Amino acid sequence: MNATRLLAIIVKELRQLRRDRLTFAMILGIPTLQLLLFGFAINLDIRHIDAAVVDQAQTAQSREIIAGLNATGVVHLQAPVDTPQELQTLMRKGRINIGIVLPADLEHRIQTRDRPALQMMVDGSDQTVQAAARQLTTLPLPGMRANYQSVEVVNFYNPERRAAVNTVPGLIGVILTMTLVMFTAMALVRERERGNLEMLIATPVSPWELTLGKVLPFVGIGLVQVTVVLLLGKLVFAVPVRGLLIEVYGASLLFIIANLSLGILISTLAKSQFQAMQLAFFIFLPQILLSGFMFPYAGMPRAAQWIAEVLPMTHFIRLIRGIMLRGAGLADLPMDMLALALIATVLLVLSTRRISKRLD
Amino acid sequence: MSENPTPEVVIRARGLTRRFGTLVAVDHIDLAVPRGQVFGFLGPNGSGKSTTLRMLCGLLTPSEGDVEVLGLKIPAQAEALKHRIGYMTQKFALYEDLTVLENLQFLAAIHELPRARAKPRVAEMIERYNLGDRRGQLAGTLSGGQKQRLALAGSVMHEPELLLLDEPTSAVDPESRRDFWASLFELADAGTTLLVSTHYMDEAERCHRLAILESGRLVADDTPQALCAALPGRVWLLRVANARAAEAALHGHPGILGVAQIGTALRVLAEPSIDEPALRSLIPDGGAADIEAVAPNLEDVFVAATRGARKEAAA
Repeated sequence: MNATRLLAIIVKELRQLRRDRLTFAMILGIPTLQLLLFGFAINLDIRHIDAAVVDQAQTAQSREIIAGLNATGVVHLQAPVDTPQELQTLMRKGRINIGIVLPADLEHRIQTRDRPALQMMVDGSDQTVQAAARQLTTLPLPGMRANYQSVEVVNFYNPERRAAVNTVPGLIGVILTMTLVMFTAMALVRERERGNLEMLIATPVSPWELTLGKVLPFVGIGLVQVTVVLLLGKLVFAVPVRGLLIEVYGASLLFIIANLSLGILISTLAKSQFQAMQLAFFIFLPQILLSGFMFPYAGMPRAAQWIAEVLPMTHFIRLIRGIMLRGAGLADLPMDMLALALIATVLLVLSTRRISKRLD
Repeated sequence: MSENPTPEVVIRARGLTRRFGTLVAVDHIDLAVPRGQVFGFLGPNGSGKSTTLRMLCGLLTPSEGDVEVLGLKIPAQAEALKHRIGYMTQKFALYEDLTVLENLQFLAAIHELPRARAKPRVAEMIERYNLGDRRGQLAGTLSGGQKQRLALAGSVMHEPELLLLDEPTSAVDPESRRDFWASLFELADAGTTLLVSTHYMDEAERCHRLAILESGRLVADDTPQALCAALPGRVWLLRVANARAAEAALHGHPGILGVAQIGTALRVLAEPSIDEPALRSLIPDGGAADIEAVAPNLEDVFVAATRGARKEAAA
């Protein structure tokens, strides 16, 4: 061990690092992003969960109970509906996570205490909602006495509260994002890094042919990955597909296109495969933290929710949970479908605009 | 060329210029390349050889000037031209993780060879470029010479009328270089026009015609023989006891265009006004020197041409 030689290598390493602007930025950018995202995203004390109420009693006491629920801040009450069936429809469409029914004989139930006064339907496709809903069961209701189980919780879609049921659909999104963005970005940069592109520009190959030809195999790979997760989910964890299988694949295809476009976009920005990998990781991080896969969307601050809305994975997670667990159709989730299509289109246009420049 | 006394011009460039920011990489070059010739671009690194080559084939857009290649206006009709040219890059640009056969099949398909035509053509290329026993080998594991033969086979797969080679022999041994040039002449005989950039004098000497570039400017353009004959100066071989001292004395003298030590002798390129006695008087202990006039070679032409250009630029 010679100090001079050691120092020479250290200095050389720092000089090289300084010239790789992107890596340098990542050294600071990744911890900053990670800290901010984790700090903002992780909030298990969720408030303002979307909910709706059916008030069949329509008495002063029922209205008092509803006002009391609202005052907790745990739920964010939407316009009241007339029947429990409507609550179920809203829940399937992902518009509410909690539905509360106040039966016509509410006051009688409270007096006799033979049956729970309220019925609460909880969307079990999102695990964090279940935990939050349990807070409400301990809520002291006006005119109620102790030792009375006042709220009956009905767990929809995942009655046994199995973690796999919540996790597996979202994992499709995580796996597609993790592999496809990186694969396409690296595959395209590799061509340039190895000098193959210089040979190809003299041939009649057009930028479109080159990009599409490289990306299309990944569409197939993505669909194979979806199939593997679905099969293993079904066989090993008994995760149901309650909606139409064709719609699971439809949503996945749209999401695959968005991811591949993102990969192409990264490839036009990165100078080396290493940079492409870093950029892919940089984009993967907020997707996994803010999409609602790990942490509840309802618990995030407004700014984090806005960021989440422009991430393709956020919408995909909502779509896939809706289709697989709640048996929703794509028509039930038009906003997320539209948002995902819009994101995919914007990414596709942006990336193809940059492809043409890549060959000069 | 005997049956074609006035060869057809396949490339014509006028005032060809390319700027990269403030740097003028290629500065108003005029060129005419006849069909079926091996046309060489000679010049030091950074003299604009590659840039010129790429512009002539529509791979790079000129900043200024008119180019017509194979009757097509460049860069407007560059896409149409791509079906008729081949390009062999300086660095091996085929896929190292594909086999020899797979690489050639890929290129045949890229160039839209019909299926029935592609198979015999690939076989023909493997045969002609002596790759038969390497057919199933990954391209990345080939030797320098084999890689280069594969690259050539790939770039002539679609029988281009014009083949562009950017310093094709920088990574191969002398024997492979000789074989490689034999292949190039074979192509030229078959009517292909070849543009080759090089900084090897022996390769430049083989070209039918040569353009010498210096700092983006065309400083000479003729056959190697004519360039040597027209050299504006005389070449002397000096043998003296102290070659280093003699070189130091000659260096920087206005009549001396270049001095190079070759073994123990000095090769001196001098202006025509400097004769043997004059040369003798310039060096210490000149009376004892053994001085001999020799025929100029391409290196002398190159030194004279680039030096002239530098003088002009400095003036």
